Amino acid sequence: MANQEKEVSIGDVASRSVAFEEDLKGEVMNINVGPSHPSTHGVLRLKVKLDGEVVREVEPVIGYLHRGDEKIAENMTYNQFVPYTDRLDYIAPLANNVAYALAVEKLAGLEVPPRCQAIRVICCELARLSSHLLGVGVYGMDTGALTVFMYTFTEREKLYTLFEQLTGARFTTSYTRIGGLARDLPEGWLGNVINFLNQLEPVIEEIDKLLTRNRIFYDRTVGVGVITPEEAIGYGLSGPNLRASGVACDLRKTIPYSGYEKYEFDVPMGSAGDCFDRWLVRMEELRQSIRIVRQAIDQIPDGPWYAEEARKIYAPPKGKILTSMEELIQNFMLVTEGPQIPPGEVYFEAENPKGVLGFYIVSKGGGVPYRLKIRAPSFCNLSILPQVLKGCMVADIPVILGSFDFVLGECDR
Amino acid sequence: MQDEFLNGLVESYDYLEKRSSVDWPAVNCPPDRLLEFLKMLRDVRGFDMLSDLTAIDNMDELPRFTVVYHLYDTQKHTLIRVASNCPEGEPPTMPTATGLWAGADWHEREAFDMFGIVFSGHPKLTRILMWDGYPHHPLRKDFPLAGKEVDLPAADVALATKEKVRPAPMAGGPFHSTPGGHMSESEPRGNDESWSEKKEKPSG
Repeated sequence: MANQEKEVSIGDVASRSVAFEEDLKGEVMNINVGPSHPSTHGVLRLKVKLDGEVVREVEPVIGYLHRGDEKIAENMTYNQFVPYTDRLDYIAPLANNVAYALAVEKLAGLEVPPRCQAIRVICCELARLSSHLLGVGVYGMDTGALTVFMYTFTEREKLYTLFEQLTGARFTTSYTRIGGLARDLPEGWLGNVINFLNQLEPVIEEIDKLLTRNRIFYDRTVGVGVITPEEAIGYGLSGPNLRASGVACDLRKTIPYSGYEKYEFDVPMGSAGDCFDRWLVRMEELRQSIRIVRQAIDQIPDGPWYAEEARKIYAPPKGKILTSMEELIQNFMLVTEGPQIPPGEVYFEAENPKGVLGFYIVSKGGGVPYRLKIRAPSFCNLSILPQVLKGCMVADIPVILGSFDFVLGECDR
Repeated sequence: MQDEFLNGLVESYDYLEKRSSVDWPAVNCPPDRLLEFLKMLRDVRGFDMLSDLTAIDNMDELPRFTVVYHLYDTQKHTLIRVASNCPEGEPPTMPTATGLWAGADWHEREAFDMFGIVFSGHPKLTRILMWDGYPHHPLRKDFPLAGKEVDLPAADVALATKEKVRPAPMAGGPFHSTPGGHMSESEPRGNDESWSEKKEKPSG
């Protein structure tokens, strides 16, 4: 059969597609992201209104992990609440322990000895390393670069081993007590930390080489999710997210606590406030944390690691409890009634890996707080989401969420 | 220096009262002058960031609810605490600070959720941690630690399963004793024994 040729007219394609576009305009699609979604890093839910690929409106829904930590705190003694602080920002439990202990000690007007302060600084900075390693790892994963996550998680595993040697637990450390620590450093532990840092430094450089100058990563993050300094301050952002917007605000420098003024370190700042700056700030903070830990280990003083004179706040050494009547009674009173904290109210903020973790404690005397409010950095950082996500592309949502590095455990409390 | 600042503040604004504090300068401000005072702190005194907003339930004292603001100065790096008592009556009310700080939005929603404080003028005062339609305000002092029995948020699930949200079995709760009084009476017990193995579970 001979081929037959037939002419087909398809008309003006361009004008037809324009007309088709016109038809679609104004149609908004509602998309539900989460609460169980890989890019939400926990149980964050976003109600997204899409116009094509452009995000028109976002409403974050939180509270899926609400456990009522503040209510629980009002019903137990100050020391009994320490394990609950592990579960706020569960990526960096040691830093939460320290912040909480410092808040209660500030209320009691108690100063802990230099050795205790130095150990707490080491704990805080190792916790920051742990948190930022996860933060940059999953951030890379959110932008499609899986390799970095493998590197950082290997390092975190080693950190967990160090935490286990120090506290007996890998995850829920509960290391601090009001007025001191649960125990002194184990023998040889500081050497292990130094060894860990020595091999961590080249890994950080490798992560830097893998991603920071990577063209794809660069294109996906530069100019995306820009937060101006005014917006950042207005929404109460804190931590690396605030500093990436160019606001010089690091409580370790500005209102030093636990002896941070003794150490030399730089506060990295961003200038554009976009996703790429938030990455750069976290990468540099990793290096600065290593610097602080090294100095703290070099200068670590000898001496007691708990406030010896605080007889109504810190329990006496175990050996004395078993041999001396007075210490036995003291320990009994501490366990049953809790550390005796004078009446008053205090608000203490600590620079945690995720931002400013604040404890507002109202005491009416005795061993139980009357009101304990936790100012969670992730809660404040997430409140800017409707503003930042508005107008971005749908594919930018995971990137922006990843760049925020939040934890719902402390957001929902 | 902090005392000087606080004295100057109380002298300049006669409606303020000093509030006892162990750390930062703290003032009590009447609710009808609150917004004007907060705006002044933000624009004139440089407290440009709302660090925290929360409430206290004073229970037996009057007025019952106090809203507490913590403002941070990002230049001079200092904090101030401003407290304001809600006027008597149910629900307790307070003017909204969302016009001054965008970040006040979520904080006020949380205070509403947990304490039932209505922030008048708030653009969308809905629950944030508990689910929509939850009938109680859990951080009030008269709300038991064990919780209260309420309906499930999803009506269809409730109908199919005949389940309810039940109070958590506290079995006495976290134990501690109250200081003072006779030794024999200070046996460690939970603050909230509204539902233990020995007591019936509270209804409604």
